[in-house]
Amino acid sequence: MSREEGMMSINQKHYRVADILMYIAIYICATFSVLLLAGIIIYVVAKGFRMISWDFLTGVTSVLNGTVGIAGNIVNTLYIIIITMLIATPIGVGAAVYLNEYAKPGKLVNVIEFATETLAGIPSIIFGLFGMMFFGQTFKLKYSILTGSFTLVLMVLPLIIRNTQEALKTVPDSYRTGAIGLGTGKWHMIRTILLPSAMPGIITGVILAIGRIVGESAALLFTAGSAHILPKGFDDILSKTLESGGTLTIQLYLSASKGEFDVAFGIALVLLIIVLLINFATKWLSKKFDVSRIE
Amino acid sequence: MGQIESIIGNGKAKSVVESIARGIFTVCAVMAIVAVASITLYMFLKGTPAFAKVGVFNILFGTDWKPTASEPAYGILFIILTSIVGTSLAIILGVPIGLLTAVFLTEVSEKHLSAVVQPAVELLAAIPSVIYGLLGAMLLNPLLFKLEKMVFQGSSTHQFTGGANLLSAVIVLAIMILPTVINMSVSAIKAVPVQLRSASLALGATKIQTIFKVTIPAAKSGIITGIVLGIGRALGEAMAINMVAGGSVNMPLPFNSVRFLTTQLVSEMSYSEGLHRQVLFSVGLVLFVFIMAINLIIMRIEKKGEQADE
Repeated sequence: MSREEGMMSINQKHYRVADILMYIAIYICATFSVLLLAGIIIYVVAKGFRMISWDFLTGVTSVLNGTVGIAGNIVNTLYIIIITMLIATPIGVGAAVYLNEYAKPGKLVNVIEFATETLAGIPSIIFGLFGMMFFGQTFKLKYSILTGSFTLVLMVLPLIIRNTQEALKTVPDSYRTGAIGLGTGKWHMIRTILLPSAMPGIITGVILAIGRIVGESAALLFTAGSAHILPKGFDDILSKTLESGGTLTIQLYLSASKGEFDVAFGIALVLLIIVLLINFATKWLSKKFDVSRIE
Repeated sequence: MGQIESIIGNGKAKSVVESIARGIFTVCAVMAIVAVASITLYMFLKGTPAFAKVGVFNILFGTDWKPTASEPAYGILFIILTSIVGTSLAIILGVPIGLLTAVFLTEVSEKHLSAVVQPAVELLAAIPSVIYGLLGAMLLNPLLFKLEKMVFQGSSTHQFTGGANLLSAVIVLAIMILPTVINMSVSAIKAVPVQLRSASLALGATKIQTIFKVTIPAAKSGIITGIVLGIGRALGEAMAINMVAGGSVNMPLPFNSVRFLTTQLVSEMSYSEGLHRQVLFSVGLVLFVFIMAINLIIMRIEKKGEQADE
């Protein structure tokens, strides 16, 4: 650090007390985040690992059989992830393509960007309230996996739009002019050149959105409900989406409020592992493709 | 073959495809507007009837919350105050820690130390709020119960909360806004031109003086955006604080069991009906208005920042 050396020579290694105190405060604050994370992980692992077993992960909680299991909640979480992403990804990517490739700066773009930013700032409890009133009551979907998924589509949309936009921005303009110059149409250029080039960014957005969904609870409590049964059979796979289904986070919340802290910590550990994996996946992706991303 | 066809295919078919594609992309983009418009519409549509029935003043400034009594009262003043006080305290507690951590990451730390702190902050942001709530209930509440017993030793008027009180919620909120404040401050500080620092150091200021008298003031607008984002995050947080705040409607004093706008919805929505439920929608509307105001403030600050850059 040449900057530091220059400073030293003027000050003759004279340290101000106030500086030293500030350095101490800065180090304490930085250590706080690390210790906090370490503490959370250690505590959840210590409390949760006893619960983790094959039966816990693949069984269903039943008072009659005396079993405790979260398979139903895992399946519900997967349902909601898949349905939400199937709807949100095309819309989000489409919106980003419009904003980056078609739109000319003007009122419509301003309004769309204002709306996207507003959507990103709305807390999940409001999404939950809206989802309950709009999809649950007006569309008569009641408490169901579909209601929950539709609600979450609105929530993750900004995430996908922004990540795709960032990815599209990193595609060099020469790709576009090159393709157009060779005589392709715009749609063809987007489909064969832009989207493949932007794919790592789009995937990062999708993974971040999945992370949001896995951790979400307030938006799902009044939309997807809290049931934890598995689909009864193969025929039940589609009709299940019209039934209530509580995700892992919801089950954690309910177990904790009932005082079943063992189960709650078991689920917390499962959630923590998923969240860690998702974090590493996005890290790995952005390192591999060196795509800037927005959270 | 498909690729070749679409390049040399006839112009008319191509222009149809082009306009369909353009149309679909536009519809996708407009979805965001539709979503925000319908959320706003629904919040007002469902939130206003109770104001008309009970009276705006009675709801906003009433201090009695007895929705199921024979003579029900729907005053949410304490709930609004709790949200405001709780959020403010969380900001007062969380922002200094967040800002100093950001200073550490950008100005003080060696690379290998940032490589530990930065991912830790990212992971803190990714942890689901129910886990924060669970840990708060298991670790923080007992700790604060001890403190409560010390503070109110021999008091006959204090209602003991077992540690589930405003203070617990504030600590959990302060922790939950940390990543937001840190990330925004880091990018704001990083954007400060290096010449400013060099000039300050050349004038004989120490590194710490430079950081706090030159760099941070220069990064002010980004840091403020981070703080306001943190306010929004804290105001909107529901599940975590619902698990640690106790849940009675009370004055927002540190050792009172309290209810926030968000936890009010979480804890009563499932069994409410009739007018009670409509009042809960009004609570949602109040929260929504707060959040929209904060969103507008953020956008205004960002716009100002952009103009200053130009």
